[in-house]
Amino acid sequence: MLDTYRKLETPENIDLDIHIAGPLVRILAFTIDSLIRMGVQIGLLIALAFLGKVGMALWLILTFVLEWFYPVLFEVLNQGQTPGKKAMDIAVVNDDSTPIGWSASIVRNFLRIVDFLPMGYVTGLVSMILNKDFKRVGDLAAGTVVIYREKSKAAPKWPASTSSPPPIALNLKQQRAMLSFVERQNSLTKERQQELANHLQPVFQQQNQEAVNHIVRVATWLRGGQ
Amino acid sequence: MKQELFEQNNRGPWQQFESKLDSLESRKRSGKAPQVSGFAEQYRQVCHHLALAQERQYSPHLIDRLNQLALRGHQQLYKSHTNILYNMVYFILVGFPAAVRREIAFVGIASTLFFGSLLLTAVLTYYNPSLVYSIYPEESVMDFTEMYNPASKARMEETRTAADDFTMFGFYIKNNIGIGFQTFASGFLLGAGAIFNLLFNGIAIGAVTGYLTELGYTETFFSFVVGHGAFELTGIAIAGAAGLKLGYGLLCPGRLSRKQSLIRSAREAMPLVYGVFFMLLIAAFVEAFWSSSSYLSITAKYTAGASFWLLVLSYFALGARRGSE
Repeated sequence: MLDTYRKLETPENIDLDIHIAGPLVRILAFTIDSLIRMGVQIGLLIALAFLGKVGMALWLILTFVLEWFYPVLFEVLNQGQTPGKKAMDIAVVNDDSTPIGWSASIVRNFLRIVDFLPMGYVTGLVSMILNKDFKRVGDLAAGTVVIYREKSKAAPKWPASTSSPPPIALNLKQQRAMLSFVERQNSLTKERQQELANHLQPVFQQQNQEAVNHIVRVATWLRGGQ
Repeated sequence: MKQELFEQNNRGPWQQFESKLDSLESRKRSGKAPQVSGFAEQYRQVCHHLALAQERQYSPHLIDRLNQLALRGHQQLYKSHTNILYNMVYFILVGFPAAVRREIAFVGIASTLFFGSLLLTAVLTYYNPSLVYSIYPEESVMDFTEMYNPASKARMEETRTAADDFTMFGFYIKNNIGIGFQTFASGFLLGAGAIFNLLFNGIAIGAVTGYLTELGYTETFFSFVVGHGAFELTGIAIAGAAGLKLGYGLLCPGRLSRKQSLIRSAREAMPLVYGVFFMLLIAAFVEAFWSSSSYLSITAKYTAGASFWLLVLSYFALGARRGSE
């Protein structure tokens, strides 16, 4: 199945949902990082030009560090996020979702030169497309994976409503669908809400706005409101 | 239990746990250690709540929130804490020589390829100097001939300043350490990249050596290279060994799955890569500030060079013997 959610079983015997980041968002993050890196290099070149030969030496050393260790330092010291990854809300972690360490980060970033072959990260892209966890070669060798790090969303506002019990017994899945509908309500247009609610006409015997209101009442009852 | 009641009962602990996570994740810890007492207990409780919420099919938002809390907790709890300074000292004293001896097969193959091609090219070029032109373009040959010509060398050394030394230090770091890292990483291509880099560098260095020896510039050339060569040449050979190890892991997984084998060989090759960085850093320093120095006598350079070689070889042969027993 085409799905980017993975279940990770922890030692505490629960399943955590991991959301794997795909090629597009990673390319965007990489582009941001490349621009930052290029900007810093040019900035350094201008600033250090005033220091003559010593400046040249510093520039060589600093560009060496930027070239090989820019992603490594950020990933290890900043919770798996380079500035580009941070902007895209993704992060790199070990396969078991623990924070990445020096060795793994160095392997995955040094192997960029393999991913780059023959030009423009073609190998990396092909590897990502063939792999179900979107791993490029560096990720395969290091045992790492890039995941979404979702920001905590504000709790959806639960509409004030009276409650009423459902007319028939609902199983857990159906109950959850009710709750989910109400939580998503604010992101849907009125028309779409009604369209969705109308599917339940055979059960609730209501139409349009009335059907929506009825679902809200049932969901409120399910959630435990009086 | 209905969802609303469940949320009401547990809102407090979740918020506490969340603020604890925030303080653990924030990077500006400003010296004071974050409050962590009770972390594991709270984490287990959140895991328990997540399992309950999933089982009872509470609303997606609540499950997402608990999932996120548990995931963040998981990452903090299972994070490895290391003392980087201690690790570095331990690595140099024990880890690196032990790793080189553990991977002696790969180090042996890489050294044979590198030093073998170096010596062979040197001998061939010595007896047939025109061979150098099939390896280097004409301008480069003229450049390095000029550089090691005893007559012109004295003149060049007069004009060389301390700032030049420093620039060269930067150049050696960027160039040589970069080559070392490339040799390792390109080993992923079933070892081919590492083998190519070893032979390429071996032949390139060998050709210069043979050519200059034949011209009789031995004193200027060998007194220059003997010092940093101890660190640089062994460093390149070890980088090749790390690359070969990586490629071998992919090629011959043995009883592991290919993916597991690759991850494992990469992990085991890492001490060699750290070591290459360490060796080539010393080499860059020696090359920029010692080898090029015009104040030191030829004898001093040969003596120091010989002792560097002795030091490096005995470091690998004898280092950390007691620790590993």
